[in-house]
Amino acid sequence: MTFEEIKSLLIEKFGADVIVGEETTGRQPALIIKPEAIADVCLELRDNEKTWFDFLASLSGVDYGVEEDIFGVVYHLASIPYKTSLTLKVRKYHDRSREELPSFPTVSEVWKTADWHEREAYDLVGIRFENHPDLRRILLPDDWEGYPLRKDYKAQEYYNGIKVD
Amino acid sequence: MESTRYHKLLAEVESTEMVLNMGPQHPSTHGVLRLELITDGEIVKEVIPHVGYLHRCFEKHAENLTYQQTIPFVDRLDYLASMNSSHAWVMGAERMLGIDGDIPKRIEYIRVLVSELNRIGSHLIALGTYGIDIGAFTPFLWCFRDREHIMNMLEWASGSRMLYNYIWVGGLFYDLPVGFEERCKEFIDYFKPKMAELNELLTGNEIFISRTANVGVLPLTTAINYGCSGPMLRGSGLKWDLRRVDEYSAYPELEFDIPVGKGEMGTIGDCWDRFKVRIDEIEQSVHIISQCLSRLQSDLKRTQDFDPRARLPKKIIPKAQDFYMRAENPKGELGFYFVTDGKSEIPKRVKARGPSFCNLSVISEISRGILIADLIAIIGSVDIVLGELDR
Repeated sequence: MTFEEIKSLLIEKFGADVIVGEETTGRQPALIIKPEAIADVCLELRDNEKTWFDFLASLSGVDYGVEEDIFGVVYHLASIPYKTSLTLKVRKYHDRSREELPSFPTVSEVWKTADWHEREAYDLVGIRFENHPDLRRILLPDDWEGYPLRKDYKAQEYYNGIKVD
Repeated sequence: MESTRYHKLLAEVESTEMVLNMGPQHPSTHGVLRLELITDGEIVKEVIPHVGYLHRCFEKHAENLTYQQTIPFVDRLDYLASMNSSHAWVMGAERMLGIDGDIPKRIEYIRVLVSELNRIGSHLIALGTYGIDIGAFTPFLWCFRDREHIMNMLEWASGSRMLYNYIWVGGLFYDLPVGFEERCKEFIDYFKPKMAELNELLTGNEIFISRTANVGVLPLTTAINYGCSGPMLRGSGLKWDLRRVDEYSAYPELEFDIPVGKGEMGTIGDCWDRFKVRIDEIEQSVHIISQCLSRLQSDLKRTQDFDPRARLPKKIIPKAQDFYMRAENPKGELGFYFVTDGKSEIPKRVKARGPSFCNLSVISEISRGILIADLIAIIGSVDIVLGELDR
C-alpha cells in the first residue's frame, strides 16, 4: 500500500481528525497521529490485512528543543509480508515541569518490542507511557536524576558520592 | 512506581522459591548482563534481565559530534562487527546528503568485502563461545585461531585490530593495501576446510545436539512481535535479510542464499537452528567474499590515480529531515534514526536501534519452566553483544 492509501484507510476507519499532519518532504514520509489514538491506529495497521505492519523496527523519544517545548515519539513500522515501511509520529506540548512528564499511550500491547523501547524513552527522554506494564529505568541506574537526552539536561554533580563529569 | 510488573513478580515469590542473580560477572552471560532468576529448585520460573551496565551515552555523544567524528563511537557499539556498524552509519549520512549514488563501485565492493570478513569474525565468536557455554572447549580455540587471520587482514587494511574507523562518509580511510586481495584469497582457501572440520566436531556432535535441539524454541510470531532480527528471526524459519530486502550497497549484484532454520534436529526455532543459521551464513559470506575478490581483481582493479578520499564531502550538512537507516548486521537489524535541522553539522537527535536489545528482550518469554542449564544454552544462542545492547 502506498502512503496515500494508508492515509485514506486510517481516515476511513478513525475519522479525519486522527491525522494531525504529515511530513512528505524527506525521503521517508511520516504521518503525525493524534496522541490519544496512537495505540488504536497501531493495532489497526498491524492487523489489517492490507497493511500488516507486524514488525516495529524502532521507537524513539524525541525532545524537539527548548524553544518549542515539544516532545514526541517516532515509530518506525515495517511490514514483513509486503516489505514496506511507515513512520508514525505523535507530539505534544509540555512545559518541562518536573512533577508531570509528557505522556502518550503505550503500544507495548501491540508489539512487545515497544516494551523495552518505551522504557528506554522514559529513561533517557523522560516520556511517560500510560498503562505500560513495567515502566522502570532500563539503561541508567534507578536512582539517577533527570533525563539525559532532554535539551535542557544538566547532569547532577554527585551520584552517590561519586563526582559526575 | 511500585505497581510495575517487576515489583509484582518479586512480591509474589513463594517461600519455596529462590531469587538468584546470574551476572553481571558471569562468563556465560557474554558480558556485563545481570539476569534475575526466580527459581524453584532447578526450574526457572521467571527471568528478569537487567541491562545498562555498559551504557556509554552513545546517543548523547552523537548529539555533540559531527557525523564523521561519531564513526569511532559507532565502531564501539558492536565491537565484534565494527565494519558492519560503521557501514550502516555511513550509508545513513550519505543517503541524507543524497550522494549515495555517486560512490565508486570499487569503494562499494571494498566496503562489502570488509563487512563480510567482519561478519565471519563475529559469527566465529558466537559459535566458539557457544561451544564453551555448552561444555565444548576445542571449537572455541579453533574459532579464535581462524578469526585471528581476519583480524590481521583488517588490521593491515585499517591499522586497527577491532575498532577500525575504516569506512568513511563518501569513501574510505585508505585503499586496500597492495596484495590484500591475494592474501584474502589464500585465507578463503584455508578457511573452507576448517569450517568442515568445525561442523564435524561440533554441529553434528551428539552431545551438542542433545543440549541444543528442542531447547529454547522461539515461535515465529513471537519472534516478530518482539522485534527479533538476524539469525534469531531466520532461525525461526523466516527468510528476512535486509541485504536482500533493502538491496543496499553492492549486494544487489552479488549472489547469496539466505539460510533459515528448518528444525532438522528438533523443532523450528530451537537453539540448534539458530546455531546452524550462523554456520550457513559463514558459508554464504565466504561466497560473497570470493565474488567481491574476483570483481576487485578484474574490472574494479586498483589504479594509480584511484583515491578513496576523493569524494569525501568537506562539510556534512544534510537538509532538515528525519531519516531511519537500517542494515543487516551479524546480530540482526541495526538501525540509526537521525533528526537533522539542516543548519549544523551535528544531528539534533540520533537513536541507535541495536539488534541485541530486541533479541534479548524475548528471553523471559522463551525461558519459563526450563532448567537453569538450558538457560545458558538459550543466552548463548541469542548471541548478544553488550556494547550495542547498552549503547
